[in-house]
Amino acid sequence: MSVLVFAESQGGEFKKAAFEAVTYGYKTAQVLGTECVALCLGDAPNAAQLGQYGASKVLHVADAALNNFDSLAYTGAIAAAVEAAGATVVVMMHGSTGKGLVGCVSARLGAGSAPGVNQIPTNDGSFKVKKNVFSGKAIAEVELKSAIKVISVMGNSFQPEVVGSDAPVEALAAAVPASRVSVKEVSRVKGTVPLPEAELVVSAGRGMKGPENWGIIEEMAEILGAATACSRPVADTHWRPHHEHVGQTGVAIRPNLYFAIGISGAIQHLAGVSSSKVIVVINKDPEAPFFKAADYGVCADLFDVVPKLNEALKNFKANA
Amino acid sequence: MKLLVCVSKTPDTTAKISFNADHTEFNEAGITFIMNPYDEWYALVRAMELKEATGGTVTLINVGPASNDAVIRKGLAIGADDAVRIDCNPTSSLYVAKQIAEYAKEQNYDMVFCGKETIDYNGSEVGGMVADMLAMPFISYASEMEMNGNTATIKRDIEGGKETIEVDTPFVLSAAKGLAEQRIPNMRGIMQARRKPINVVSPVDFEDVSSVVSYELPPAKAACKMVDPENMEELVRLLHEEAKII
Repeated sequence: MSVLVFAESQGGEFKKAAFEAVTYGYKTAQVLGTECVALCLGDAPNAAQLGQYGASKVLHVADAALNNFDSLAYTGAIAAAVEAAGATVVVMMHGSTGKGLVGCVSARLGAGSAPGVNQIPTNDGSFKVKKNVFSGKAIAEVELKSAIKVISVMGNSFQPEVVGSDAPVEALAAAVPASRVSVKEVSRVKGTVPLPEAELVVSAGRGMKGPENWGIIEEMAEILGAATACSRPVADTHWRPHHEHVGQTGVAIRPNLYFAIGISGAIQHLAGVSSSKVIVVINKDPEAPFFKAADYGVCADLFDVVPKLNEALKNFKANA
Repeated sequence: MKLLVCVSKTPDTTAKISFNADHTEFNEAGITFIMNPYDEWYALVRAMELKEATGGTVTLINVGPASNDAVIRKGLAIGADDAVRIDCNPTSSLYVAKQIAEYAKEQNYDMVFCGKETIDYNGSEVGGMVADMLAMPFISYASEMEMNGNTATIKRDIEGGKETIEVDTPFVLSAAKGLAEQRIPNMRGIMQARRKPINVVSPVDFEDVSSVVSYELPPAKAACKMVDPENMEELVRLLHEEAKII
């Protein structure tokens, strides 16, 4: 018996999400009284490092066909690892790879699944785990009754915790089917924190009046080490790139801190950000619906208040 | 091209969510139901565009009871040729996927479309499940797609950017914003939809392995604490000392 965690690598490197997944798998293994085994696919020279987050060993399918995501190839490799590890629970992150994989893996294994969970399962004779439903407007507790269970975890729900040291890495020979998907290009914005992983997010909306005014937002993000985001109208009018769009049709995020600046807080926007741990709203309209979802609010013209806030943040950082 | 579009019925985006007294069932009273927006705006419309460009057929498939027919008719009004409804009350994603795959496996579709997720259970699962059951590649979160013969060039939304891939038919695709532009059905489409067939099919047996045992509403937020705009030092102090977040 074990909990198998798929730890994704990008170009041979682990992102924070991989460590979050192993931390989640380690905590789940403790609930079940079993061990946590990590799985790496493709190029992963630092696989042993996953032991620090609680994996007792790391299985590695080094086939170069796995360097890019292909659902059939990844699902085949994960199914082989489930058998090798005698896994009863499979854990992955609910990121762009996990969303493309969680359904495939549960279908392949005939497994009950809980996609996008944000809590550790309970196991009092039945295996239950909670997830957000209705776009954050409710929480469902799901019971999984199959011998093998599949879980994908919302990003930034669990912070990586170092609990041990490097783990032994075992090569796993899995028959990986030839990929039917060929990756032509991967374009990522360089040098910034990807949104779903960001702990701090500074987001702005139509209240900014135009793309030329974004300097104060980027300055705030830089002071805080935060990612920048935007509302749908801003992305639709190309003031900001599409990948910054958070909300129901864009990316759903749950950072520790979400600054909403000049965003009214339409329900479709809230659906993507309402799970944020702390929300600060800056808006000159006291009736803006976002204030109802906020922890802290500043009702004022953002062009007055954001530069003052940036000064205060700079002073804070200088004295911290 | 022979295209299948999976469509779900979901509560309207603005619906107020509540549950029965023992919190085991979603309370449907007073809820307006719609076609899941990702299925309608992006998956179905992109399938229609492909049909218009290269010919072929667009079939809708829905897994659910007769009360779903209104949502299916809207899809027919947007332009789908016909529809299949697997007549049952589905209990999980795996159950829904099993029904779709069982129907689709005899039909040799070139592409199966679905939305990136439903706005009720937010699983992003059914497309991947159907793909694996049909042994087809699953291309998730597609926000652009061009066809050249049987080869599709697709851009997928990934963390902080895009991934461009090529894949030959057949495959299953989940649609995200950008794949197409929403279409409003016109009167002619609505009239024609009345005469288009909805083929009602009995479900195959499937023993379900997951179920929702209870629902709860998120804990109510404490009232928003308003901070004096002239005193941003105070906001920084609150975030540091009270929220302990910076």
